[in-house]
Amino acid sequence: MAPGTAESEAAPGKDHAIVMKAITKQFPGVLANDHVDFFVKRGEIHALVGENGAGKSTLVNQLYGFHLPDDGKIFINGEEVFFRSPKDAIRKNIGMVHQHFMLVDNQTVTENVILGSEINLPVLKGFLDRKKARNTLVSLSKQYGLVVNPDAFIEDIPVGMQQRVEIIKTLYRGADILIFDEPTAVLTPQETEELFKVMRLLKEGGKTIVFITHKLNEVMAITDRVTVMRLGKVTGRVDTKDTNPRQLANMMVGREVLLRVEKKEHEPGDLLLEVNKLSVHDNRGLQAVKDVSLSVKEGEIVGIAGVAGNGQSELVEAITGLRKVGSGKIRMSGVDITDLSTWEIREIGLNHVPEDRLKRGLITKYPVYFNSILGKHKDEPFSKDGFLMLKNIRDYAKDLVERYDVRPRNINQLGGNLSGGNQQKLIVARELDDKPRPSRCVVVAQPTRGLDIGAIEFIHKTLISMRDQGIGILLVSMELDEIFSLSDRIIVIYEGEIMGEVKPDEITKEEVGLMMAGQRKAEEAVKWSDER
Amino acid sequence: MNWLEAILAILVNPIFYQLTLLAATPLIFASLGGVFSEITGVVNIALEGIMLMAAFNSVVFTYLTGNAWFGVLMAVIIGVGFTWFHAWASIRWAANQIVSAAALIIIAQGVTGFLMIPIFGHPGQTDFIGRVSPVRLEFIREVPFVGRIFGSLSPFVYMAFIAVAVTWILLYRTPLGLRMRAVGENPEAADTLGISVRKIRYFGVLMSGAMASLAGAFLSTGELGRFIEMMTHGRGFIALAAMIIGNWNPVGALGASLLFGASEAMNLQLQSSTIITVSANVKPLFNVIPFIVTLVVVGGFVGKTRPPAASGVPYEKESKN
Repeated sequence: MAPGTAESEAAPGKDHAIVMKAITKQFPGVLANDHVDFFVKRGEIHALVGENGAGKSTLVNQLYGFHLPDDGKIFINGEEVFFRSPKDAIRKNIGMVHQHFMLVDNQTVTENVILGSEINLPVLKGFLDRKKARNTLVSLSKQYGLVVNPDAFIEDIPVGMQQRVEIIKTLYRGADILIFDEPTAVLTPQETEELFKVMRLLKEGGKTIVFITHKLNEVMAITDRVTVMRLGKVTGRVDTKDTNPRQLANMMVGREVLLRVEKKEHEPGDLLLEVNKLSVHDNRGLQAVKDVSLSVKEGEIVGIAGVAGNGQSELVEAITGLRKVGSGKIRMSGVDITDLSTWEIREIGLNHVPEDRLKRGLITKYPVYFNSILGKHKDEPFSKDGFLMLKNIRDYAKDLVERYDVRPRNINQLGGNLSGGNQQKLIVARELDDKPRPSRCVVVAQPTRGLDIGAIEFIHKTLISMRDQGIGILLVSMELDEIFSLSDRIIVIYEGEIMGEVKPDEITKEEVGLMMAGQRKAEEAVKWSDER
Repeated sequence: MNWLEAILAILVNPIFYQLTLLAATPLIFASLGGVFSEITGVVNIALEGIMLMAAFNSVVFTYLTGNAWFGVLMAVIIGVGFTWFHAWASIRWAANQIVSAAALIIIAQGVTGFLMIPIFGHPGQTDFIGRVSPVRLEFIREVPFVGRIFGSLSPFVYMAFIAVAVTWILLYRTPLGLRMRAVGENPEAADTLGISVRKIRYFGVLMSGAMASLAGAFLSTGELGRFIEMMTHGRGFIALAAMIIGNWNPVGALGASLLFGASEAMNLQLQSSTIITVSANVKPLFNVIPFIVTLVVVGGFVGKTRPPAASGVPYEKESKN
């Protein structure tokens, strides 16, 4: 057993807000929760950590009445409960801030908050009392410093505010126990700080908080105690002050993990990708990328840091030929590739690990062996005289899943049935592998989104080793940690404009965070205004 | 300039406006039906079939009892039951909503045609069976122009306008409406707040059936007093267009229905106009005017409207995440 389990959990009782005992939940083919004990004291911030598929979501979904446990007991404040639906959990003052916000885009903040627990007019029963609802919301928002605009539509407000709406929703329903499911995944460092302030305020107000996360530095920053899960079981239970990220990571993965990738000094070679004063429009016809210039050399990783939706997707699509360029030039090894087709761009040696792996990275209904040659399917030896050479394809796929550790090793598996981590390994393998024609530069977008520590470690190692072999990598990521640990140079983008270029060892994350929020680097600002 | 003259003559004639109201009435009811269903996330292209069924049933029960209002009531009850098949298939079984609705249309066409002979003894159309008597407003009848429009109108016309107001209040001023809109936009969000997506969707689809039934009953017992095979004549689909142009909003649907009603009225008046001389062979071509207006308006507007995000998407709780 991992360290920490020995800690005495003597008879969880009155001072525990949540006691889940021997919870077991079986899904077809997976034992998602195997006799899980989960205890949370009243008034604490309790981290629930674990890799994807460890069973964290399943556990809290049972706590929130979304799923029924097959076996086991749940006690809330010492009283045994049976939740058949979220309604029952809400009645016991449990609230959940979902990872994917459960908000209705075309309704206002107020409407979203009251939905399902509406206030009726005193005389005309059955009609909404909109004024009272709004007042309740405003007072809650003041009490906990949750700044929102009650009359704005959800689709018009930023992600950080949407999250605050989610929090107010739970408070409006009188929640004493709040479950936060990976709340920081969508936030900038500054927004994360804001969220932590709110969480501390909630704790002071006597609320109990369950905080699900992957990010161990966040666990250390805000929580009182930690429960670690792996493969459906609890592998550790520790006080935060008695542990460290390394120990937590080991409990999560079950082996030693490298939290920071080791990498050699980089030795950039010849210029590969060159983007010159590029402007691109988004689907609504608005300018999403404004006058962006950047370059990637052989053997370096250039990271693009920014909050989601600041033009990164459009930039990547323009470079890889998926979106028409508004103005500007893109060159690859001196060859103009502006508005060439994706096929032509790939032939020149510029490949792409797309941000949406299910939509663009894989064909979910194709087996692994076809997925492993997508985009190379017209090349020898995979195809000859217009026919696919199945034997060559299968041999190649077998070799590829072996070398890149795609599990299971079954090349007949459908792409959609692989886990997220293995899908991503397969895509990275295909895009970075030098057969049948060499890959020289790769645009990698969100390579580890939604992946767990083990898979992230593998992807990071692979990217670094490719860089060491001389491949140029343009890395786009919302994860600032990832940008910092992989990149040789960092370019910060905000509303489609470059805020500045920095070296990861010469700047702090906080400074980059400010740039991500639109603050231009001081000397860059001067230079920029000179150019104008 | 005969054409312009003819159109002008029609526009200054109160009959045109009365015809517009009468032509718009079934579209208003049916497009409200579309709104009820789609706002909760279920596409209901079966409006056409439900209307036909109701047109037939209201005549049958008027024929059997001699009371046209009773015929209308039975048409609505049976129409709701008939629509339940679509609700059941698409909510309970997450079936493809186009397929199950298309089935209703085909069933309605088959059944109404088939039952003509056993009930009325002959196919095609029934004799005059009886209809809901019009509302006569004596004090308005004296007023020039306006009196010719509103002096004597089918009560269905007034009911249609009332239905628009009631639907709007229901959707935008009551908790039930808030929940309906939420379920059509993000059923998962509603589910996490303890709202039953299933019940709300059943309510929406069945209300849609009730509205479409009123539309159908108006065509037979509200207006003509008889049933004619296939008498709905594509109005269920025009109503869907009105719903879309109206941006899934009852008031918008009303506006679009009036536009289509006006184009239908124009068609009828042009055909009987004495100012233009067109051969009788060409006149039936005017019948396509409402459809051309549909095409043009949908083509021009449809990009600017925003359907409920979950419309047409069956909701199933994920079994594992």
